[in-house]
Amino acid sequence: MNDMLRNTLLFVGIAVLILGAGFVQSWNTALLILNMGLISAIMSLGVNLQWGFAGLFNVGVMGFVALGGLATVLVSMPPVGEAWAAGGLRVLGGLLLGGLTIVAAILLFNRMSPGRTRGIAVTVLLVVGFVIYRAVFDPGVAAVESVNPAAAGYLGGLGLPVLLAWPVGGLLAAGAAWIIGKTALGLRSDYLAIATLGIAEILVAMIKNEDWMSRGVKNVIGLPRPVPYEIDLQNDPGFVQKATDLGIDPVTASSLYVKLGYGLLFAAVLIVIFILAQLALKSPWGRMMRAIRDNETAAEAMGKDVTRRHLQVFILGSAVCGIAGAMMTTLDGQLTPGTYQPLRYTFLIWVMVIVGGSGNNLGAVLGGFLIWWLWVEVEPIGQFVMGVVTAGMADGSALKEHLLDSVAHMRLLTMGVVLLLVLRFSPRGLIPER
Amino acid sequence: MELLNALIALSNFVLVPAIAYGSQLALGALGVTLIYGILRFSNFAHGDTMAMGTMVVILVTWWFQSMGLNLGPLPTALLALPFGILACIGLLLGTDRVVYRFYRAQKAKPVILVIVSMGVMFVYNGITRFIIGPDDQRFADGERFLISVRDFREMTGLEEGLAIKTSQALTLVTAVIVVAILFWFLNRTRTGKSMRAYSDNEDLALLSGINPERVVMVTWIIVAALATVAGTLYGLDKTYKPFIFLQLLLPIFASAIVGGLGSPLGAIAGGFIIAFSEVTITYAWKKVLSFVLPESLEPSGLVQLLSTDYKFAVSFVILVIVLLFRPTGLFRGKSV
Repeated sequence: MNDMLRNTLLFVGIAVLILGAGFVQSWNTALLILNMGLISAIMSLGVNLQWGFAGLFNVGVMGFVALGGLATVLVSMPPVGEAWAAGGLRVLGGLLLGGLTIVAAILLFNRMSPGRTRGIAVTVLLVVGFVIYRAVFDPGVAAVESVNPAAAGYLGGLGLPVLLAWPVGGLLAAGAAWIIGKTALGLRSDYLAIATLGIAEILVAMIKNEDWMSRGVKNVIGLPRPVPYEIDLQNDPGFVQKATDLGIDPVTASSLYVKLGYGLLFAAVLIVIFILAQLALKSPWGRMMRAIRDNETAAEAMGKDVTRRHLQVFILGSAVCGIAGAMMTTLDGQLTPGTYQPLRYTFLIWVMVIVGGSGNNLGAVLGGFLIWWLWVEVEPIGQFVMGVVTAGMADGSALKEHLLDSVAHMRLLTMGVVLLLVLRFSPRGLIPER
Repeated sequence: MELLNALIALSNFVLVPAIAYGSQLALGALGVTLIYGILRFSNFAHGDTMAMGTMVVILVTWWFQSMGLNLGPLPTALLALPFGILACIGLLLGTDRVVYRFYRAQKAKPVILVIVSMGVMFVYNGITRFIIGPDDQRFADGERFLISVRDFREMTGLEEGLAIKTSQALTLVTAVIVVAILFWFLNRTRTGKSMRAYSDNEDLALLSGINPERVVMVTWIIVAALATVAGTLYGLDKTYKPFIFLQLLLPIFASAIVGGLGSPLGAIAGGFIIAFSEVTITYAWKKVLSFVLPESLEPSGLVQLLSTDYKFAVSFVILVIVLLFRPTGLFRGKSV
């Protein structure tokens, strides 16, 4: 029962922290922290699935999160008819040809007997396939991107409800994870780390540069929302009436209402994923995963297919990150590929998992909320501390200005110090694995 | 004549930049590979170590510049380099004392050390941004070109020009000197030999009386020097931006792994392999081809295999191919 009490206290602590932000700053800020905290908790559940359950070292979280974001665009934006007419089929045909080339090369490689002929045959196939692919693909891309570049210049999406994008984001991420897992799993853990680091950079580079698909750095704005728009609420007399009855200004009320709506949706997803993860952990499958993690050789000797199980859990964890990525882009209402940075989307999630307690789902959720709160609040706290530190200095002195300007960079430093301290003094995290 | 022009164009746009970039990667990869060989973990903080060392070099350079101190045609940064290296040594030894030593004593698993290095990466990155800010910093001075395009054209009368930046020549010269000293040290001196022995077989090395803490200390000192030199050369040649060094991590690791983690020779080879593939694959070959091919065959497009935005994809693909077909790297590194 002691554990239970401790965990409850920790979560109450988080609630107090977020409520504190509500009282001291504004309820808007508190809800923002809560919403992103929910998403962070889901991401860190995904990483915990890979690291905590199976000991897989995935530092490509950013890539899967970005894929989830891409899914939001592909599913929910209305299709751009003109662009499809200009070269949509050509682009898809090119991609299909490219994919077929790779599949054919792999088949050829597996079918032919090893030797020089095989090497030459595969190389020739790849080169010819690449030339054909570019010949079909490039004009299509040029045609699509020249359609009204200022507002469109891309194929658009399917125009389906945005909530559908969440599972689709998970599927996209799972697909990418399958490809990576097939190549990099079964190698040493460090190699998996480098491989995932690389694939994340490539995925983000693709989303940044393939304008026909995601408008690249021109950003896709105005994504459809699963909740009403503030402006519609403010124009709704019934809502204004209720807000004034409650004694809140209608503008604030509408923004809070929308954020609460998001929060409920996110909480529902988090609860579902958490229950599933918890069931998985307690199932024979979960025990097998942990057995593999603790001693691969022994597990293999017991007849467990280690590489296959690793692939399985890698795909599952990445899919969870993809879902969270799609949710995050939905919350933002826009896809901004330029903002995906490994420190924020990969390594911060790792801090959450380690601090919360790797191997414990409850810990991962706690870490997600706590670290996200810290990430947001370090800046105002740092501002305050710096204000105190520099209070004695002469106004306008170079050092004082530099210190005050540098507060924005306190975040990374704080995260690093927190991670190092936890690793050193409480390596199993706040809620350790049982 | 056409062929000569093609060759010059090729050198100007592919060979010279790739050699300079390759040297920078090789120096970075040497640091990664040494840490891997001796301390047995992949150091994610290496990119930010480079950023920290270079930052000190830049600050000292500015100080020298404000005092009017310079090296004439050579960049002042060379004069500041020793200070950067010293600061970086202090930093790494301090980090080792405060952070890594604890885990070494515990005999923690390598992957734990990797996560620890992630934390160190955050801290370094934060400090760098805190002190110098996240923006581009310029600190290159002195003569910009060894040979400029116009000089070269006047000298040879060729249509194509060849430009060699001072920073590029400097990179190569410095890299050769540093690598020569490193290999001399590893192969000829007693300490270097004990380092290699420790890397090959820890238990045997301990049995023969090698002091592990000393080996580790020497390793950090060498790594600090390598990282600072690599970062400064990269900063002089291209640009200094703290964020860039985080992105350099991927090609650096790719170089080290392609060559074989733990093998210094492999790191150098890997650096050049990665650099040359990156530059050749992202270069638009139209110009060179138009010199070589008869007019009727001249390409209409740019003949660029991949846009430069995908240069990470190149290091990644090479990495994957090597890992699939030769998991220990080209030079048979370790696979712990």
